[in-house]
Amino acid sequence: MPTLCELSVGQQARVLDLVGEDAIAVRLMEMGLIEGTDVSYLGAAPLGDPLEFAVRGYRLSLRRSEADRVQVELLPVAP
Amino acid sequence: MSVAAPVRTLKVACIGNPNTGKSTLFSALTGIHTRIGNFPGVTVEKKIGWFEQSRQRVQLIDLPGTYSLSPRTLDEMVSVDVLLGQQADVGAIDAVLCITDASNLERHLYVVSQVLDLGLPVVLVLNMWDVASERGVTIDVAALERRLGIPVIPCEAHRKQNLVAIKEAVIKCVDQPVKQQLPLFPEAFYQEAQQLRQEFGGEVRPRYLFERLLLDPGGFIEHQFEKESGASLATAVAAARERLKQAGIRVPSIEAKLRYAWARDTLAGVVTAPTTNVQTASDRIDRWLTHRFVGVGIFCVIMFAVFQAIYTGATPLMDLIESVQGWLGDHIAVWVSPGPLQSLLVDGVVAGVGGVVVFLPQIVLLFLFIALLEDCGYMARAAFLMDKLMTKVGLSGKSFVPLMSSFACAIPGIMATRVIENRRDRMTTILVAPLMSCSARLPVYVLMIGAFIPSVFLWGWLPLQGTVLFCMTFFGAVVAIPVAWLLKQTLFRGETPPFVMELPSYKWPSPGIVFHRVYDRAKSFLLRAGTLIFATNILIWALSYFPGDHTQELALREVVETAPTDEAVAALNAESERLLAESYLGRSGKLIEPLVRPLGWDWKIGVGVIASFPAREVIVATLGTIYSLGSDVDENSDGLKSAMQSATWPDGQPIYTVPVAISIMVFFALCAQCAATLMVIARESSHWGWAVFTFVYMTGLAYFGAWLTVQVGTALSG
Repeated sequence: MPTLCELSVGQQARVLDLVGEDAIAVRLMEMGLIEGTDVSYLGAAPLGDPLEFAVRGYRLSLRRSEADRVQVELLPVAP
Repeated sequence: MSVAAPVRTLKVACIGNPNTGKSTLFSALTGIHTRIGNFPGVTVEKKIGWFEQSRQRVQLIDLPGTYSLSPRTLDEMVSVDVLLGQQADVGAIDAVLCITDASNLERHLYVVSQVLDLGLPVVLVLNMWDVASERGVTIDVAALERRLGIPVIPCEAHRKQNLVAIKEAVIKCVDQPVKQQLPLFPEAFYQEAQQLRQEFGGEVRPRYLFERLLLDPGGFIEHQFEKESGASLATAVAAARERLKQAGIRVPSIEAKLRYAWARDTLAGVVTAPTTNVQTASDRIDRWLTHRFVGVGIFCVIMFAVFQAIYTGATPLMDLIESVQGWLGDHIAVWVSPGPLQSLLVDGVVAGVGGVVVFLPQIVLLFLFIALLEDCGYMARAAFLMDKLMTKVGLSGKSFVPLMSSFACAIPGIMATRVIENRRDRMTTILVAPLMSCSARLPVYVLMIGAFIPSVFLWGWLPLQGTVLFCMTFFGAVVAIPVAWLLKQTLFRGETPPFVMELPSYKWPSPGIVFHRVYDRAKSFLLRAGTLIFATNILIWALSYFPGDHTQELALREVVETAPTDEAVAALNAESERLLAESYLGRSGKLIEPLVRPLGWDWKIGVGVIASFPAREVIVATLGTIYSLGSDVDENSDGLKSAMQSATWPDGQPIYTVPVAISIMVFFALCAQCAATLMVIARESSHWGWAVFTFVYMTGLAYFGAWLTVQVGTALSG
């Protein structure tokens, strides 16, 4: 299953599930990354990590290791 | 007839996500009536203010910005304790002021929903109303009020709009019955929480804590309760979670699901937002500021400007403070007859106050920049850009700016670590910050390099003196890398904290907030660290003044003032040297001589090291006195340089060889000879132990480094 790590810039995806039940998973959920949430990938920091996403109308930065826990389905590119 | 009844002060807690303008609103509501301290035992800032409205006094307690009330650490537990009325130094809370961002209400309602569970009267503020309107978001406030059953007030805190309405609502809501919120979780969940409470808490522990206990695997409450109630609690909690899971209630994801669903339902039909994702001005700016090349370039320019401002920009102000100090000292010398009192006032009190105030320009300038960058939203981008680099030593991007600032001065740098929420990261940053080469080391380097490093060119083009200065400047930072790594592996070991960070929209910084932040920091430095720095300066003065008999010195000084002949000056300087050598300070220098001998140092350097405990640069003046040149030499003084060059051991060997000179520089690069830094570490970490720890580890490192330098240097040159 693809994760948030594997999106290309500008691509949209919908959250399916989160791996793990630890504090980091809780934190990701609190920030609004729950099943059914739409996320789009805006780009990476110059050194390749962390990544920037648009979710629920705000900008969120995640490290690759955290983004990799968010399993998604890719959404078709808007016409 | 009404008698003015003694009205009780209402206590109201302010809570909300970060970047909601919570501080702006807090300042707008309380004005100048604020007090900043620390909650006992933690590194959380305690900001309390008050206002009066309709003859009712209200005390506001500002809680740290948070996305959620589920505590993971002791620091985060403070907010929960305050809200539950369990924080002893705050007491019971009468109401909660929830501050949200109107332009992004859905996510902000998450923490609001947790606060509503507490059953306290709540007032909801929709801040940044103007931003919401600009983005085409409309909110039916009356409908939202009806749905939530609490007062909802739109607000633009930076324009001081609707403040009276907020104050009135806070006072009114306390007397209104609290509307019972519909239970959010399935009945089974509450039953399990209740059962745990009966088994392990009784009535002493609030019901809320047991709900959190169930919901937060690995959270702070679980750890704390397990410590108090033992393994039986862990088993019971695990069993309860398992039963809930069987019933289709999966912890912890159930909470986020239910609360976000609640937020969506609450806002359905109340909020309308444009469906298409419009690219805001903030997004356009961000495209450049986080750009692979342009973004990094702009970042370097901004950091260079900040660094220059605190390194160079503060110099005229610091010079001014020093000249005022000199002027005051001269005047006191005229008014007060020479003797211990004059010396105490001039060399102790005035120099001590000066030694505190001299840090203010750097603190003010750094916090001016930090407040501007933070308030406009750039600070989060700086952390974003630098994160990857900082993870190499186990820290996060948030440590970059504090560490960079420490190159100018560790004191504002350490104070700037408050942006780092994770305690382990913050403590590591605080403990390595004094290793960065601050401006106080420069006089030591300049003196040693000028006197002992030959002014030649390596390979015909590279100036040796400049190269050594460059190496010394970055030496501490290089040593800091393994130190930080080691601290993260040992004392501050733990799982990597998440870098889940909001990148807030850019906005114009508000002058009021910037002013408040700079003022708060300057004030807290002066009041809380300043007094202790002052006391240390007085102590060192006393050690260098007593127990000698200064009558001879006074007589000689009078002679110099009437007829400043070379012989008279030499006699005075010789007498000052004798007094210093015989003072408690001089005696302790001789006492530690066996300790510094392995470094190739004599007792005079030992005295210099002890005397420079309040501040590194003091060693220059101390060496001046001890080499009979008077204390008003500076690091460029040729007299001091030649005195050091010609200083010899009793057997005629020179004391200062090149390895010894370098070992002194290495020592000062790594040592914690700065009372002010140690005081600030004690304040910021809320514990004296960390200041002692820093002093011990840095002095140990400095001693070892100096010893190694001498050994290797002597072996190479011998």
